[in-house]
Amino acid sequence: MSATLASPAPPRAAAARNVLRWVLIGAVLLLALLPVLNRLPLDSALHVSDFVVSVTGKWITYAVLALAIDLAWGYAGILSLGHGAFFALGGYAIGMHLMRLIGPRGVYGHPTLPDFMVFLGYRELPWYWWGFDHFPFALLMALAVPGVLAAVVGFLAFRSRITGVYFSIITQALTYALMLAFFRNDMGFGGNNGFTDFKELLGMPLNTPNARAMLFYASLASLLGAYWLCTRVTRSKLGRVLVAVRDAESRVRFLGYDTTRIKLFVFVLSAVLAGLAGALYVPQVGIINPGEFSPGNSIEAVVWVAVGGRGTLVGAVLGAFSVNALKTWLTSVAPDLWLFALGGLFVAVTLFLPRGLIGLLRRREP
Amino acid sequence: MARLIRAVLLLLALALPAAAQQDAFDAAVSGLAGGFNQQAEAVERLGALGDPRAVPLLRALADGRLLKRPDGGLVPPGEAAPPGAEPVRVNNRVRVALRGALGRLQLVSPDPAERLAAAEAVFRSRDAANAPLLEAALARESLPRIRSQMELSLAASRLVAADKGAKRAAIAALGAAGSTDARALLLEARAANPALAAEIQTAVAAIDRRLSLRRMAETLFQGLSLGSVLLLAALGLAVTFGVMGVINMAHGEMVMLGAYTTFFVQEALRGVPWLLPWSLPLSVPAAFLVAALVGAAIERGLIRHLYGRPLETLLMTFGVGMILQQAVRTLFGAQNREVLSPPWMQGTLTLPGGVSVTQNRLWIIVFGVAVLLAVLAAIRLTRFGLEMRAVVQNRRIAATMGIRTGRVDALTFAFGSGVAGMAGVALSQIDNVSPNLGTGYIIDSFMVVVFGGVGSLAGTLVGAMTLGVVNKVLEPWAGAVLAKVAVLVALMLFIQRRPRGLFALRGRAAEG
Amino acid sequence: MPTTAVRPAVTRRAALAAGLGSVLAAPAIRLSFGQGAPIRVGVLHSLSGTMAISETALRDTVLMMVEWINARGGLLGRRVEAAVVDPASNWPLFAEKARELLQVAKVDAVFGCWTSVSRKSVLPVFEELNGLLFYPVQYEGEEQSRNVFYTGAAPNQQAIPAVEYLMGPDGGDAKRIALLGTDYVYPRTTNRILRAFLNSKGIADADILEEYTPFGHSDWQGIVSRVKRFAGEGKRTAIVSTINGDANVPFYRELGNQGIKAEDIPSVAFSVGEEELAGIDAKPLVGHLAAWNYFMSVQAPANTEFKQMWSNYIKNPRRVTNDPMEATYTGFRMWAQAVAKAGTTAVDPVREAMYGQKVDAPCGYAEEMHRNHHLSKPVMIGEIQADGQFNTVWKTPAAIPAENWSPFIPENANRRRG
Repeated sequence: MSATLASPAPPRAAAARNVLRWVLIGAVLLLALLPVLNRLPLDSALHVSDFVVSVTGKWITYAVLALAIDLAWGYAGILSLGHGAFFALGGYAIGMHLMRLIGPRGVYGHPTLPDFMVFLGYRELPWYWWGFDHFPFALLMALAVPGVLAAVVGFLAFRSRITGVYFSIITQALTYALMLAFFRNDMGFGGNNGFTDFKELLGMPLNTPNARAMLFYASLASLLGAYWLCTRVTRSKLGRVLVAVRDAESRVRFLGYDTTRIKLFVFVLSAVLAGLAGALYVPQVGIINPGEFSPGNSIEAVVWVAVGGRGTLVGAVLGAFSVNALKTWLTSVAPDLWLFALGGLFVAVTLFLPRGLIGLLRRREP
Repeated sequence: MARLIRAVLLLLALALPAAAQQDAFDAAVSGLAGGFNQQAEAVERLGALGDPRAVPLLRALADGRLLKRPDGGLVPPGEAAPPGAEPVRVNNRVRVALRGALGRLQLVSPDPAERLAAAEAVFRSRDAANAPLLEAALARESLPRIRSQMELSLAASRLVAADKGAKRAAIAALGAAGSTDARALLLEARAANPALAAEIQTAVAAIDRRLSLRRMAETLFQGLSLGSVLLLAALGLAVTFGVMGVINMAHGEMVMLGAYTTFFVQEALRGVPWLLPWSLPLSVPAAFLVAALVGAAIERGLIRHLYGRPLETLLMTFGVGMILQQAVRTLFGAQNREVLSPPWMQGTLTLPGGVSVTQNRLWIIVFGVAVLLAVLAAIRLTRFGLEMRAVVQNRRIAATMGIRTGRVDALTFAFGSGVAGMAGVALSQIDNVSPNLGTGYIIDSFMVVVFGGVGSLAGTLVGAMTLGVVNKVLEPWAGAVLAKVAVLVALMLFIQRRPRGLFALRGRAAEG
Repeated sequence: MPTTAVRPAVTRRAALAAGLGSVLAAPAIRLSFGQGAPIRVGVLHSLSGTMAISETALRDTVLMMVEWINARGGLLGRRVEAAVVDPASNWPLFAEKARELLQVAKVDAVFGCWTSVSRKSVLPVFEELNGLLFYPVQYEGEEQSRNVFYTGAAPNQQAIPAVEYLMGPDGGDAKRIALLGTDYVYPRTTNRILRAFLNSKGIADADILEEYTPFGHSDWQGIVSRVKRFAGEGKRTAIVSTINGDANVPFYRELGNQGIKAEDIPSVAFSVGEEELAGIDAKPLVGHLAAWNYFMSVQAPANTEFKQMWSNYIKNPRRVTNDPMEATYTGFRMWAQAVAKAGTTAVDPVREAMYGQKVDAPCGYAEEMHRNHHLSKPVMIGEIQADGQFNTVWKTPAAIPAENWSPFIPENANRRRG
């Protein structure tokens, strides 16, 4: 699988890639149309419900997360089972901003403290909440906190040459530890309930079609941007070294490359992207709580990438959309059976489609 | 002996005019059918009357066996239940009274176990009126264990009596006893006896010194107990992950299957009452078999296609875990299942020195060590173990020596899964038997195996016990959550320092 | 409202299939119902994940009620259909599914949620889309949405009477209280209210122990020994437990094994019902208490009927009824009455019609929906029996109205109204 990706594409594959490109552009345009169709009158045949817009918006943020995972796993062979933690941290940073914006509109009417703090008897804002009333600062934190955490964890791990499953287990423990910590009400992050009941963002009241459309476009733009960035990275010389690191790290090291630094760079970039995804996710779903740190979530996100096809970027996006669409559909249509279907899909894909759905598409090309 | 006691009781009863005695007894008994307050008074009166006929009545009431006719009359215990009879209900207030009354009535029982229980009950009822009874009982008690309990109870009764000298002696006796209960009694008495505050303080301080040592021992036990739970949960993983290098995310579900097998065996044995207390030991092989069969099926059907691709195996077994969980939920329902504890696993055991340990935890420690030894024996002493080690060390050469490596893989995975299933039997005794049982243990298990050193069973043992004890030592001052977070962070840092764990394997096998 | 001789002809699976079918495609059969399109109710309870243990029974209860009302000729001459979804114990998914139920399945009312966080997650959706949610679980209060009807208890209908009982002669004259809870908003709030209440009764902070544990906590050795030690200070001690569902089984096992008898340290729990006890051997726990607004053992004609309905529906003699199920049942009956009164399923008229609705609830009292969107409920304290049932040892003489904004929380004075 790795060999075909790294080697120059044969002509047929190039043709296939061209087709794929047009399909992708079409898909993006279709997506971009959704909020517009949402504005059509209710009885119009083309009307798209709020539900579709908001759920698609959510999937787009998942797609960004999947891209981030694919960059680290598909290209550098770093399988993190803790990417949900970076996603959640990004979400918490924006969540803190959204909480600050509620201001005196909270239940207890306190000018600065969020309701849960008033309730737990806080007298003043804890220091780590300072600055979150400014959007740029919150956004910066949404990217920087996951990035710094990834840098620390990655530095320690890569320096000791912890690879493969060991790294996976460590990152899983990381997100698990964070989940337990965030569940504590004494942490000052709202405990199990996390943050909810957001009112506005950037002066826009949330829970309106306008805000939803704006967030939708912001997510779509971020997805495109992230995709562009990941393509740039993977197609560069660095990208080729990355694939080499994935396939034979020792050999690359002996050739004189500083693999630790290369892996660290990719891992941090990936974490920052995950944080961005989380930051876009929270205002759209309207809640962030420690459940986002649960190890199962991280594994599920990795499975999206596997289902779509790792090491292809497009596959990650495709996987995120298809698995989540399936999940949304099944949890309504077969609420008692959907776990069988989804579990079965994961098993079937790893067994029969090692290259994921993308592999399936490409194989079918003439 | 029994005759003598009866004679004494008879004398006691004759001290009152017989007719009045009979009236008072009947009146008290009829009160047992009344409201809670009336019941409590009636029970106290029966205790004070000292009539041995009250014992079966009160015991039936305490066990919920005393029946009431629809007209309000009581059905004497042992008689057939008339139609419409309902058990007489009691509340905690009545229960406290019952314990005291039964205690007083049974202090001179011919059965030593009853006498001991009675002495303990009287200790708790803190009634000055018990002192003469206890003195009388002590005068003819010969068993030292019961004597010492009676003396303690006597001290407790004297503590609330009027005589100051007796109180002093009581304080000293309670201080020497050194139990939490004695401490509570002393502190309770402090408010009522400001004159004796200094003596009480000394006694309490003496108790505290002994208690703090005991508490350390108990914390150690709790840590070992948590460690043994971790050990059990991790052992199966130590085989499948440590030996085979397979990341089995459905490992927790194997544990869960073992717990459900325990439930299933118990239900199947309901028709055979004499076997029922042994359903738990019988479940051990059953759980091993069920989990092993499922494990073998997973290995042959799925995992073997993915050897050499541990990360894919991880994702696939995650899907398998989802399916197994939902399958159990569909078959058995989402509700918790009740797995009974056999009588020999209930309650606490007091070790010499007053350290009390819970029976079920003690058995789980024993079970954990037994399973570890069994796994070690299977790997070291059996033909299968030899082949397994051969395949791990060098698959190709093992194959050329005539070992059917595929079969060994299947057996190894089945073995690891079976061990996880046995862990489920133990966990059914302390945790919920629900479809989610396994998810809570999977990360801890991985951490134990990695911390101990992949492929080293000794490492798994030391790793599990260390984590258990550290967790329990941290818990009192960090809280349960922070203790666990701290342990996890420490573990992550440790693994960065020593990626191969505590007991690193040397050589090729470690390069997995 | 007598409902004798309800013998559902449809099996559970068929009802399920009908519920699903309603979402997927038009159901095949419309028997004797009028011309109108079917009335739809959404069922938003987790069927997988950690909360499935508690919530599946509520899904079954709603489906049972749908069957019941259809057997009586439906509502407004129209058939009632259930749309069941699985939010999978995932809180953001709750919000998504709520939106889907309201906008895609176009349901007229939703019965759902168990945890407070799931309710908080769906609240903005219901308020934005003006939906109706019936929330059937006892909770911490401090909330009142015009789009939610709370059919479970507020803290004053559960916690405070229970603690008063513990402090009284029948409960053991407790002078020292250990507040044990799972670390989330319901226990935190309840304990805050209780602490203020205890202080007002002259119990000092030194005599209150407050301990929180994570969800699903399974190793209670340390905490139970700490409680034992806390109880050894010479004052009568009691435990008030707000431990959440799953963690109760290991907690009670540890309590039993460490020999803590109800006579020595009684405990009262607010989240332990018949369903939780079904997973434990109750014999060592006899005498420990729980406070609810309903017990399966309540002797009342309405309860006999409810239990009969349930056993007919679920066809498993070992399945019990519990308080949230009763609240679901009562909520559904009230909603049906309000729809009948309003003559429509439109949210605003139904909301108006809900106020003042009364139902003879299985708890044996007539419960009334007040303008604060909460029910008046009786408070009952039950002792655990060896068979896993509760024996009511104390109850309020009448149903009492809910104080969803507790007077024991000083910040409520600054609360924004409206």
